[in-house]
Amino acid sequence: MMTRTLLSNGVDTDGNSINILIDGERIAALSRDASQISAHDAEVIDMQGMTLAPTLVDLHTHLREPGKEDAETVQSGSASAVRGGFGAISAMPNTNPVADTAGVVEQVFSLGVEAGLCDVFPIGAVTVGQEGERLAEILAMAESRARVRIFSDDGHCVSDPVLMRRALEYVKIIDGVIAQHAQDPALTRGAQMNEGAVSARIGLKGWPAVAEEAIIARDVLLADHVGSRLHICHVSTAGSVAIIRWAKERGINVTAEVTPHHLLLTDELATTFDPVYKVNPPLRHTSDVMALREGLADGTIDVIATDHAPHPEEAKECEWDAAAFGMIGLETALAISSRAMVDSGLMSFTELIARMSSKPAEIAGYADHIKPLDVGRLASLMVVDRDRKWQIDRELTVSRSKNTPFHGLEVGCYVHDVLYRGTWVMREGTVIK
Amino acid sequence: MKIPRHLLSVDDLTRESAIAILDTAAQLSQLSEGKMKKLPTLRGRAVVNLFYEDSTRTRISFETAAKRLSADVINFNAKGSSVSKGESLKDTALTLQAMGADAVIIRHPSSGAPQRLADSGWIKGPVINAGDGTRQHPTQALLDAFTMRNRFGVVGGGLDGLRLAIVGDILHSRVARSNIFLASMLGAKVTLIAPPTLLPVEIGEWPVEVSYRIDESIEEFDVVMPLRIQRERMNQGFFPTEREFSRHFGLNIDRVAKMKPEAVILHPGPMNRGVEIDASSADSARSLIVDQVANGVFVRMAVLYLLMAGSHELPENALDQERA
Amino acid sequence: MTRIVLSREDISRAIRRISHEILERNKGAENLLLLGIPTRGVTLAQRLQRDISEIEGRPVEMGSIDITLHRDDLRLRPPRPLSPTQIPVSGVEGKDVVLVDDVFFSGRTIRAALDALGEIGRPATVQLAVLVDRGHRELPIRADYVGKNIPTARSESVRVRLMPFEEVDEVVIEG
Repeated sequence: MMTRTLLSNGVDTDGNSINILIDGERIAALSRDASQISAHDAEVIDMQGMTLAPTLVDLHTHLREPGKEDAETVQSGSASAVRGGFGAISAMPNTNPVADTAGVVEQVFSLGVEAGLCDVFPIGAVTVGQEGERLAEILAMAESRARVRIFSDDGHCVSDPVLMRRALEYVKIIDGVIAQHAQDPALTRGAQMNEGAVSARIGLKGWPAVAEEAIIARDVLLADHVGSRLHICHVSTAGSVAIIRWAKERGINVTAEVTPHHLLLTDELATTFDPVYKVNPPLRHTSDVMALREGLADGTIDVIATDHAPHPEEAKECEWDAAAFGMIGLETALAISSRAMVDSGLMSFTELIARMSSKPAEIAGYADHIKPLDVGRLASLMVVDRDRKWQIDRELTVSRSKNTPFHGLEVGCYVHDVLYRGTWVMREGTVIK
Repeated sequence: MKIPRHLLSVDDLTRESAIAILDTAAQLSQLSEGKMKKLPTLRGRAVVNLFYEDSTRTRISFETAAKRLSADVINFNAKGSSVSKGESLKDTALTLQAMGADAVIIRHPSSGAPQRLADSGWIKGPVINAGDGTRQHPTQALLDAFTMRNRFGVVGGGLDGLRLAIVGDILHSRVARSNIFLASMLGAKVTLIAPPTLLPVEIGEWPVEVSYRIDESIEEFDVVMPLRIQRERMNQGFFPTEREFSRHFGLNIDRVAKMKPEAVILHPGPMNRGVEIDASSADSARSLIVDQVANGVFVRMAVLYLLMAGSHELPENALDQERA
Repeated sequence: MTRIVLSREDISRAIRRISHEILERNKGAENLLLLGIPTRGVTLAQRLQRDISEIEGRPVEMGSIDITLHRDDLRLRPPRPLSPTQIPVSGVEGKDVVLVDDVFFSGRTIRAALDALGEIGRPATVQLAVLVDRGHRELPIRADYVGKNIPTARSESVRVRLMPFEEVDEVVIEG
C-alpha cells in the first residue's frame, strides 16, 4: 500500500482522540484533531472510536518450523500472531534441527520475511543442540542476516553453572542477552505439575517452586559477578518474583517475563486431568498468581511474553503423563492479560500495552518497535475494540494447533485490524493472505 | 441411594453411597454362603478388563466378580510403555466400544487415565478404576473398609471411631490415598506413619495425623495397615537401606505383641515379607489378609451391580408403579 | 383419589384364613417353609408364621428371599438396594415352600423368586400366598392363596401399609 491513509476518529490507549496519517511504511502525522492533518490525497478510514496502539512484541514464541510443521509453521504462527495484534515475534530455537547455527536462524528469518505478516526474529540456542554441554556459535548467529541478540535453550535449563557463566560473559561481545529457562533438571525429573496440595491429592509428580527459584537466584548472582545482562523466561512463582525484586534493588541487570496464562490460571485445573492445562513451567497456586500480578504491576517483571507452544491433537488427547507440555497463546494474549491486569485495576491499559510492545522491544533491541506511536515511527499498529466481547473458541484458532486452555471463555479486547509496515494484514478479524 | 456413574476415585462417593456399596456387598456375601454363587443379573453384558499394568490378583478378582453376576469378561492386556503413543488410550477405547463393551475396568500407570477415559466420551458405559498411577484404587479401599466393618462395625453403619494406622510409602501409594479419604469419610481416625521422605509435602489439609515413629502409638490402633515398600525407592534415596526401614517402620512380632488384643492387620498385597511386615505377623491370627481377598470379590460384585444393573437416567424418586 | 380396600381387621382375618388354608392343603406344618419376599412379604410371612404356630401348637420355619438380583427390569430404574436373603439352616431341599408377597400384579416378581429359589435348591413344591391380587398378569403364574381379589385399572396404584413400616395396617388404592 503505497498511498497515504488517514486513520481518523480513533482513540489512544488512554482513551483520548487520535488521528494518524500513514505514508508508506511510516507514520507521517499524528494529532488529536483531524483538521490539523493535511490529508488531501489520503484514503480516510473511520476507526469508529476504536483504540489505536502499536502492534505487540512477543519475546517468546514457538514456531516449530523446521521439524514439527504438523503443529505450526512460520507462516501459520505469523498469522496467529497477527490475529493477536502482534507485529514482532521471537522464534525459540528448540526446533529440529535446533537453531544453533547461522544457517538455521537465517532459514527461520527468511521464512518470516516470506510470510510477510510480522517481523520474525529468531532466538539462537545457547548450547549446541540445546544439550547443555558446549556453547553454540553465538557470534555467527549474531552476525547472520537474522542478527540474533537473544539466546536461549528454552525447553531446557542451562543448568551447568560454569557453562551459564561462560554464556553470560560471551554475549557481552554483541550486547546480547541470555534468556534462561529456570528449571533444575534434577529436582524436576518426571515432574508433571506444581508440587503442592493439589499434586499430593491427585497423585501427579510434583514440580517444586524451588526448582525455578534456585536457578534464578544462582543466575542473578552470576550475572552480577560477570557484569552481564540476564533475562528470565516465564516466571511462575512468588519466590521467583521476590528474588528478582531483590536483584533489581541491588542494581543487577536482570529482566523478566510472565505469560498471560500464569496471570490467570492455577494448578486446581489439573484435577480435570485434561492435558490442555499441562505446561512448563506448571500452573501454580493462587498465591503465586497474585504475586506475579503484583510483580508485573510494580515493574519487577518487565514484560508479558506468550510462550506460544502449539501441539498437534494427539499430543494432548491422551493421559496426562504422556501429553506434551505447552499452550498456544498469541491470539488470546491481549484479552487475557487485560482481564488479569486492567480489569483487576492493577494496571492501566496504556501501561499494559507498553509492557507488551515497547518494553519487550527494548529488551530485545528491536529498534522499529521501541518508540510509541509518533511521527516517523514504523507504521505497525493494531486497532482494538476494547469493549467488544468475544468467545474464545478452540475450533476457530488461526494457529494450526488448538491447545488453548481458554476455550469457552468470554473476554473483551477484540483485535479488529492490524497494519504491518503500512500494509493491512488483518481487517475485521480476518488475516489477509 | 445416589450411585455415581463411574467409580474413579473415592471422592466420587458420599458416606451414604459408600455404605450402600458395603451393604450390598454384605448381602452378596450372605448369598454366597447360602450357596447362591451365580446370579443372572448381568447376563448378556460384557465387561472389559483393560489392564495397562500387570496385576493378576486384581484382575482375577474383578473377573470372578463379573462372572458370578453372569457377565461376559474380556481381558485386554494392554501393557506397554506408558509414554507410547502407538496404540493410544483413545484408539483402544474406541475399539472396545465398537466391540460392545458395557463397562470398562481400567488399571493404568498414569494418574488420571481412567478419568480421561470417562470424560472423553469414547466409552458409553461406566468406567471403574482398578488403580491409576499413584492416585486412587477405590475398590481396594472399599474392600478394606468392608473387612474392617465386618470385624468392628455393623451392616448399615460406617467405621465411626475406628483407629486406623497406615504405615509406609504414603507418597507413592494409591491404596493409601483411597483408604485415607474413604475411611475418614466413614468416620475412622486415620494416622499415617512414615519417614518424611515418603510423605507428601503439603499433607496439612488431609484428615490425618502424622507420626514418624511406629512405636510411639502402636497400642492405640484397631487396624494397622502396612504398605508395600518398593525396592526402587531405596535407590532413589527415600531411605538408606531396607534394613533401616524394616527396623524402624516394619511390622514385626514385637510390635504386633504391643497391639491391642482385638486389633487386626490388613495389607493390600502383594507383600514384601521381611520388609514392611514379617512372615509371622502376616500369618498370625490377627491378619485379615485372606479375608481381604474374599471380600474383594463381594465388593467388586457390589460395584458392578450398582454401576451396571440400573439405569442412571431416570430420576431417583420415580414412583414404583409396577411392583410384582 | 384414595380409597381403602382392606382395613386392619380385614387384613388380620385374611391372614388367619390363609393360615388355615395352608395347613389344610399341606396337611400340617411339618414340611412347610414360609419365604417372604422383601419388604412387606417378610412381614406377612412373619404374621403367617405366628398364626400357623398358634393354630398347630408347634413352630413353623420361615425366612426371606430377595429377588432383586433376578429381576428382569433392573435397567429401567436407578440401582436398587439389596435386601437380606435368609434361608434356615435346613435349607429348601424337599420342603413345601410357600412364597409370601403383598401384591400380586404382573407375576414377574414371582418368576424372579422361582429363579432365585432354583439356585438355592429343589423344594418338593412351591406355593404362592399373596395378600392382594390386583390382576393384569403378564406371565402364566397363579397364586394358591389370596387374601383379597381386587380388580384395578393399570393406572391405579395399590399401596399396602403394614406396621412397623407404616403407622397402620391397611390396603389402599390410589388414582
